[in-house]
Amino acid sequence: MANPLRGEVIRLYKNLLYLGREYPKGSAYFRERLKSAFMKNKDVTDPEQIKKLVARGDFVIKELEALYFLRKYRAMKKRYYEPEK
Amino acid sequence: MSGRVLVGVKRVIDYAVKIRVKPDNSGVVTDGVKHSMNPFCEIAVEEAVKLKEKKLIKEVVAVSCGPQQAQETIRTALAMGADRGIHVQVTGKDYETLGPLQVSKILAALAKKEDAQLIILGKQAIDDDCNQTGQMTAALLDWPQGTFASEVSMEGDKLKVVREIDGGLEMIKINTPAVVSADLRLNTPRYATLPNIMKAKKKKIANVNPADLGVDLTSRVEILRVDEPPQRQAGVKVETVDDLVGKLKDTGRI
Repeated sequence: MANPLRGEVIRLYKNLLYLGREYPKGSAYFRERLKSAFMKNKDVTDPEQIKKLVARGDFVIKELEALYFLRKYRAMKKRYYEPEK
Repeated sequence: MSGRVLVGVKRVIDYAVKIRVKPDNSGVVTDGVKHSMNPFCEIAVEEAVKLKEKKLIKEVVAVSCGPQQAQETIRTALAMGADRGIHVQVTGKDYETLGPLQVSKILAALAKKEDAQLIILGKQAIDDDCNQTGQMTAALLDWPQGTFASEVSMEGDKLKVVREIDGGLEMIKINTPAVVSADLRLNTPRYATLPNIMKAKKKKIANVNPADLGVDLTSRVEILRVDEPPQRQAGVKVETVDDLVGKLKDTGRI
């Protein structure tokens, strides 16, 4: 197992887990799917492959941040602003 | 302007939580309920951090009033980029009656003590929807205010603020020091990710007592009763036009 990449993978997992606390369908739902997604790739050894998967994970982080922002923005807009004519 | 910005942040029940009224109608259930930073306060913090990143101001200080848990909200502000925090300790009965008047007195005292050039707040809190703290703080300090800001920029030592008002947008120029209250479209707040939270643990949060600031927390407002909004009545289906006319006549509509 490539050692520096192990740290990357663990960092990614922790960051995703932290983000999952706010997941609309519940943090338990998120954690289950996060774990199985990581477990599915646990035997990957090629460093290039691992880097690609970590990059995909970082992309998911960005998607989640965007999801959370949009959800909050839309809720605030709906509650506090008149619908546009 | 190379001064200090004070950002007020409030810990409120998370916006996505379904609110329940206590059985005795004295308030809303808060025990064990998820809390987070008021969304408009997040926008305020983001604006302050952006100003610092543009090197227009030197330091961002996040302030929150409340019990021990208010520190979590300050930590989130620190993770978003604030430099240090001030936790004004208010607990028990004082916290239950803490409102815009008391908070604005506290902020005014802190602004003088910290020699702040700018105070940025969220326009209102999603739990009490007062929309008063910014305005009251400006009045207490005799500072100009730019409320409902959807755009803030500096022009020399004046502040240009675009305000969202009922008729559209209003642009004003105000002197500093000033108070600004953030509206929804001011910016897109960054997410406080885990690495940022970890880095923010090194930043300091000072503990302050309202008494030390010479602030009297007595409330002039007493909450008598809290009720849920009226339930929506179920619709009634009718078979014929005559039935419809009959029902409308019954309820006095025609």
